[in-house]
Amino acid sequence: MDLTVNGTRVEGSPGAGEKGELVLEVDDLNVGFPTDDGMVNAVRGVSYQLRRGQSLGIVGESGSGKSVTSMAVLGLLPKTAQVTGSAKLLGEELLGLGDAALSEVRGKRISMIFQDPLTSLNPVYTVGFQLAEAIRVHYPEVKRAEARERSIDLLDTVGIPNPSQRVDAYPHELSGGMRQRVVIAIAMANNPDVIIADEPTTALDVTVQAQVLEALERAREEVNAALILITHDLGVIAGHTDDVLVMYAGRPVEQGTVDEIFYEPRMPYTLGLIGSMPRMDEERGHRLTPVHGTPPSMLKLPSGCPFRPRCPMSQDICAEVEPDLLPIGSTGHVAACHFADQLEGKRPEDVFAPDSTDPEIEVAVESEAPQEPRSQEDM
Amino acid sequence: MNAMLDTPQAATSPVIAGKDLVKEFPVRSKGVVRRKIGAIHAVSGVNLEIGANETLALVGESGCGKSTTARLLMNLIEPTSGEVFYEGRDLTKLSRKQMRPIRRDIQLVFQDPMASLDPRMTVFEIIAEPLRVHGLFKNGGRDRVRSLIEIVGLNPEHRDRYPHEFSGGQRQRIGIARALALQPKVLMLDEPVSALDVSIQAGVINLLEDLQEELGLTYLFVSHDLSVVRHIADKVAVMYLGKIVEEGTTDELFAGPAHPYTQALMSAIPLPDPRKERARERIVLVGDVPSPSNPPSGCRFRTRCPLFQTLSKGEQRKCIEVEPLLRSDHQGRTRAACHYAAPKQLV
Repeated sequence: MDLTVNGTRVEGSPGAGEKGELVLEVDDLNVGFPTDDGMVNAVRGVSYQLRRGQSLGIVGESGSGKSVTSMAVLGLLPKTAQVTGSAKLLGEELLGLGDAALSEVRGKRISMIFQDPLTSLNPVYTVGFQLAEAIRVHYPEVKRAEARERSIDLLDTVGIPNPSQRVDAYPHELSGGMRQRVVIAIAMANNPDVIIADEPTTALDVTVQAQVLEALERAREEVNAALILITHDLGVIAGHTDDVLVMYAGRPVEQGTVDEIFYEPRMPYTLGLIGSMPRMDEERGHRLTPVHGTPPSMLKLPSGCPFRPRCPMSQDICAEVEPDLLPIGSTGHVAACHFADQLEGKRPEDVFAPDSTDPEIEVAVESEAPQEPRSQEDM
Repeated sequence: MNAMLDTPQAATSPVIAGKDLVKEFPVRSKGVVRRKIGAIHAVSGVNLEIGANETLALVGESGCGKSTTARLLMNLIEPTSGEVFYEGRDLTKLSRKQMRPIRRDIQLVFQDPMASLDPRMTVFEIIAEPLRVHGLFKNGGRDRVRSLIEIVGLNPEHRDRYPHEFSGGQRQRIGIARALALQPKVLMLDEPVSALDVSIQAGVINLLEDLQEELGLTYLFVSHDLSVVRHIADKVAVMYLGKIVEEGTTDELFAGPAHPYTQALMSAIPLPDPRKERARERIVLVGDVPSPSNPPSGCRFRTRCPLFQTLSKGEQRKCIEVEPLLRSDHQGRTRAACHYAAPKQLV
């Protein structure tokens, strides 16, 4: 698809930079929510760099802070949230910008795709209206007829059959997979620099998930954007990202290329996640290795390493010192574990027991945990 | 029905079997009269057999009729036509009273443990309830509940707690303990791990495997996730729009799925292995599942079938006019309901 619509709106349109150019740089991002029970430090020290054409996967279990990280970048958190650190889009600081300034960025230079398409689409307008609105709010000079034409092109790009008819459909007339593709079309409408997809396929069936992921890949290539893919599904991460950030209890615990994370994980949590996945390409004989217990409450984090209570490798030092993200080799692979060296060449079954019980771990943590919120040097 | 003709005779007789099961839900008009104006063909002629100590996985996407089939096999809903045999007796012909003792033998585990556990009952009461209902609690029920709590890997001190105090994986264990209370022979597992985080899901899968071995249980495992199915099942039946489109042992099916739908489903499941993912062949289906109130003629999958697109007009005619039956006279080792079935290695 051509980026021009009747030659009018390509000037000044973002998304036209070189591949490999640094677009988004997040440095030491921290997010805290004050509550009656104390400060909840939902995100602690997330840093990453995103280049044009690159795709970054953020993986973690429910409540690990993976969504909050990207909401903070777009200023979508409630006013009470305390955000520190820095997030630069093409060198321009986003944190602390006012709503009006951020509106220039949202949907135009960074766009976001949420999990449930039915809540991100407005039920009383046609999808064509909503697509045209997304274009015309940022480029008021585009005529209605042109915006409509561009909408039809966009729907075609994301693989919606009969786009010239579907453009007049209401969201409820479309299936879940088609709605999500409409949301992707809206996200790519203004050729953004960055597309953030937050669990874009979690609510969908697998064959539809494959369609939507394909549409997302096509959208990214079409507008030459960088992609942040937030998901809990390691399979989706493996097939659709270049770099991976593993989050646990609000912290990045391991970061590296997708091959490093899957073939040489150096943090027990990552290894545990990989070992607990049933795999379609493996014979039945092999046992899964569950990670026992549940993630800690963000109000009462255990002392030291937050993964310690669930970690079969934990030692005394793990309770005392929270490990920093330390480099492994020279490739940019980092892991937050005191014993990262010992994990070299280890398989999940070497570390985790392939049993079927679920011992109570949470309780033990709560009784040991300090009562006051953790001291935060950077908060 | 002729689909049964080439069913290989199992060495041992099946514990539970469905024969030509059909379930249609009426679609009614609005207003006072609520005339029947159509029907949702949820299950259309399904034949299934599960042997003792065996796991049959029923796989398909939402709305394909897999949960309805499980409920038909339990005789929880009445089939429009067809029979359900449990240890040789046709359950659909039994009265409610005759059915009652058999209900003990066939138990159900639900997908969402939070929705299926009463929030105002303690774990002990939840697990004891089936025993009380069947009048078995007085006879050592207390000890039975205690040992069940242990069997499913929960702490004995947990028995006086309420469901909200547990994590998702632990709640699912409570649901499993309740299902085991009456010493059933068959467990119907309806997406038992779909709502759980991966690290926790693995523990529940291991538990189900151990229980089957220790207690000699027979499982019907309803799931949409082929990776879990490969891990746990002995036999697999793939459903699409109310019909079984392919079946075989787990090894046969994964070695070479022969039905285009199974192939698409298998290729759509992401593998947690970046190198394999990059090298894999991807079959992406077009369009959406047609409405079960008006399924396509002939082969129900033809509207989305990638193979159908490549056929000549004459060959397509067969798909449109003749309904394909499950057959094994193709190159592969499974039984597939496709006129042009051919196995393809995908994993």
